[in-house]
Amino acid sequence: MSNELINLMANLKEQETLTIVRRRLDAGEDPLLILDDSRKAMEIVGKRFAKNEYFIPELIYSGEIAKEIAELVKPKLAKVQDINRLGKVIIGTVSGDIHDIGKNIVSFMLDVNGFEVYDIGVDQVPQNFVDKIKQTGSRVVGLSGFLTFAFDAMRETVEAVKAAGLRDKVKIMIGGGQMNDDIRKYTGADAYGMDAMAGVALAKKWVGTK
Amino acid sequence: METNVDTTKEKLDLWCSAPGIAFASPQAEQDYRQRSRRISDVIQLKIPDRVPIAPLVTFFPAQYTGMTMQDVMYDPDKAYAAFKKVAVDFQWDTAMNHINTLCGNMLEALDYKQLKWPGHGVAANRTYQFVEGEYMKANEYDAFLDDPSDFLVRAYLPRICGTLAPLQLLPPLTMIVPYHLGITMMMAGVAFTGAVSALESIIKAQAEFMKLAISVGTFNAEMQAMGFPIMMGGASQAPFDTIGDSLRGTHGIMLDMYRQPDKLLKALDKLLPTAIQMGISSSMTSLSPVVFIPLHKGQMGFMSQEQFKTFYWPTLHKLMLALIEQGLVPMPCFEADYTDRLEIIKDIPAGKAIYWFERTDIFKAKKVLGDRVCIKGNIPASLMCTGTPEQVRQYCKKLIDVVGRNGGLIVDGDIGIPDEAKVENVRAMTDFVKGSGV
Repeated sequence: MSNELINLMANLKEQETLTIVRRRLDAGEDPLLILDDSRKAMEIVGKRFAKNEYFIPELIYSGEIAKEIAELVKPKLAKVQDINRLGKVIIGTVSGDIHDIGKNIVSFMLDVNGFEVYDIGVDQVPQNFVDKIKQTGSRVVGLSGFLTFAFDAMRETVEAVKAAGLRDKVKIMIGGGQMNDDIRKYTGADAYGMDAMAGVALAKKWVGTK
Repeated sequence: METNVDTTKEKLDLWCSAPGIAFASPQAEQDYRQRSRRISDVIQLKIPDRVPIAPLVTFFPAQYTGMTMQDVMYDPDKAYAAFKKVAVDFQWDTAMNHINTLCGNMLEALDYKQLKWPGHGVAANRTYQFVEGEYMKANEYDAFLDDPSDFLVRAYLPRICGTLAPLQLLPPLTMIVPYHLGITMMMAGVAFTGAVSALESIIKAQAEFMKLAISVGTFNAEMQAMGFPIMMGGASQAPFDTIGDSLRGTHGIMLDMYRQPDKLLKALDKLLPTAIQMGISSSMTSLSPVVFIPLHKGQMGFMSQEQFKTFYWPTLHKLMLALIEQGLVPMPCFEADYTDRLEIIKDIPAGKAIYWFERTDIFKAKKVLGDRVCIKGNIPASLMCTGTPEQVRQYCKKLIDVVGRNGGLIVDGDIGIPDEAKVENVRAMTDFVKGSGV
C-alpha cells in the first residue's frame, strides 16, 4: 500500500495518488505515514531530476501533488512532526532582481533533499541576507540572480556579510542566468552552481554530509 | 538547389540596395553597402569580406553616455542621443535603435502591470523586468479558444493594465453585430461600465508611443544616411513563450503540459497565425527582413527533449518556415543552453535564418549547424562586465577562428551588449573583430 502511493506519486499520477490518499485516510491510517510516503516520492522525483529523467515541469507538478496531499492530510493531523533536517540554507534573489524561477527550483531541491530552507524571496537587499544569517544561524547562503547587474548586487551582498563579521561563519554559493565561475571570483562567493543539483551537492558538502 | 525565386535573396538585396536613403556622403553610401552586403552574405552562408559585428544594445548606451536607464526610458530624445553616440563611436556594421528602451510614459498611462521598470518598481539604473503571473487562469482555456479576441479584450487586458479594468464589464464583443441593437447595446456597455476612461488612457498612451515611434523612425533614417544599416526589422515570439510568459506563467504552463495538454496544444496552434502575422507586420516598415524571436522557455532543463518536440518546437518551427516563405529572415535568440537540441533545431532551410546562441556550446553548434544557418553570438556577459580587454580579445579570437572561419558568424554578446558592460571591453571586442578578416 505504501509503495503503491510512493510509486504513483513519483510517476506523477495525480488522480490515482489522491484517490489512494483519501482511501488510506478513510481507513483511519496515521496521516504521518502518508506524509512520509509523500516525502519519499519527492525524493525519487529529486533523484530522477538529478539524472535528467525529470525536468522543471515534473518538479512543479510533483510539488503541486505534494501540496494537495498535505491539504487532504492536514485536518487529520494532531500535530506537525519535526523531521530531522540536514542543515539550514538561506536562499534569495539579490537586490534589484525579481526573477524567481531558478531560485524556486533550487529551494525545492534543497527541501526534498532534507534541508531546512529559508527562502527570503526576490529583490533582497544585502542587509536582509545578513539579518537572516544572524537570525537562523545558517551556515549556507545561496544567492540567485538572472540579470547582469546581479553581478554587482551579489558582490555587495558578499561584502555586507563580510562587513557584519559573518564571512567566516557561512559558505556562499551563487547561481542563475549569467553566472559562472568568473562571476564567482568577482563576487567573492565560495562556489558557483550550474544547476539545482550542484546547489544541493554544495550545501551537503558544506554541512558535512556526503 | 532552389528552383523557385529566392525571396530571401530578393529581400536582402533590397536591403543592400538602400532604396530611398539620402546618404550624407559618398563614403556613407559605400559604408552602408559594404556593411549590409557583409551581413547578407553571412546569412546566406557566403564568405563575407570580414566577420560582421552587429550587437544588440538595450541600456548600454545610457551607461555609456552617463545617463540613467530611467532617463532614456522616459525621454526618447535622450535615448536617441545616447544610441547615436554608440553607433558613431563604435562604428559597428549595424546601428541599433532605441525601440527596446520602451516608453515609460506609455506604460504609466496604461498602469501596465507586466513590467517593473527603472523608476517604477525598480531603481533608476535597473533594467525593466517581467512580472510573471497567471494572467489567464487554468480554467480559461475554453474561453480563450472559443473567442481569443473577446477573451483578451475583456479578461486579459483588464488584468495587465490598471486603466483598462473597466473593459471587463463590457458585454461580449460579438454583441455588437445584431441589427442596430448591437451598436446601441455596445455603446450602452461603454457608457455604463466606465470604459470611456479606459479609452482615454489609450489615447494618452498612444500619444506617448508616437513620440518614441517618431524618434525611432527619425533615428533609423539618420543612421542609414550616415551609412549604418538597421538590421532589426521586426519581432515575434514562439507561441509557447507567449502562453508561458504572458498568459499562464511558467508555473501554469508547465502544469498544463500534464493536466491539460490537449488544450495547451490547441492554444499554441491558435496563436501561430498571430505569431506569423506579428513577424510580418512588425517588419513591414523596415528595409531589413530580419525578424527577432527571443526564446524564453525551451532550453535544456526547462523541459525534456520529448516535451520540446511536442510543445515547443512545432509552432516555433512553423513560425520560422512561414516567415522564410515571405522572404523574411527569422533570428531566434536561443536564450540559455540548447546544446542537446541542436539536431532538432537543425531542421531549417539552408541560408535563410540566423540562430543566436547564448550559453549553447557555440563551437559544437558550428559543427552541427554550420552548413545550415548563420550563427550569432556569443561573448559571455560575465566577460563583458567583469573581464579584461585581453580576455575579451582571446574569446573573440577563438570565436572567429572556430565559428567565423569562411563566414556564417555575426559577432555579438551572448545576450547582446550587457547594460553594465565595461566600455573598454566593448571597444576591445569591436576592434578585434574589425581587424580580423574572415
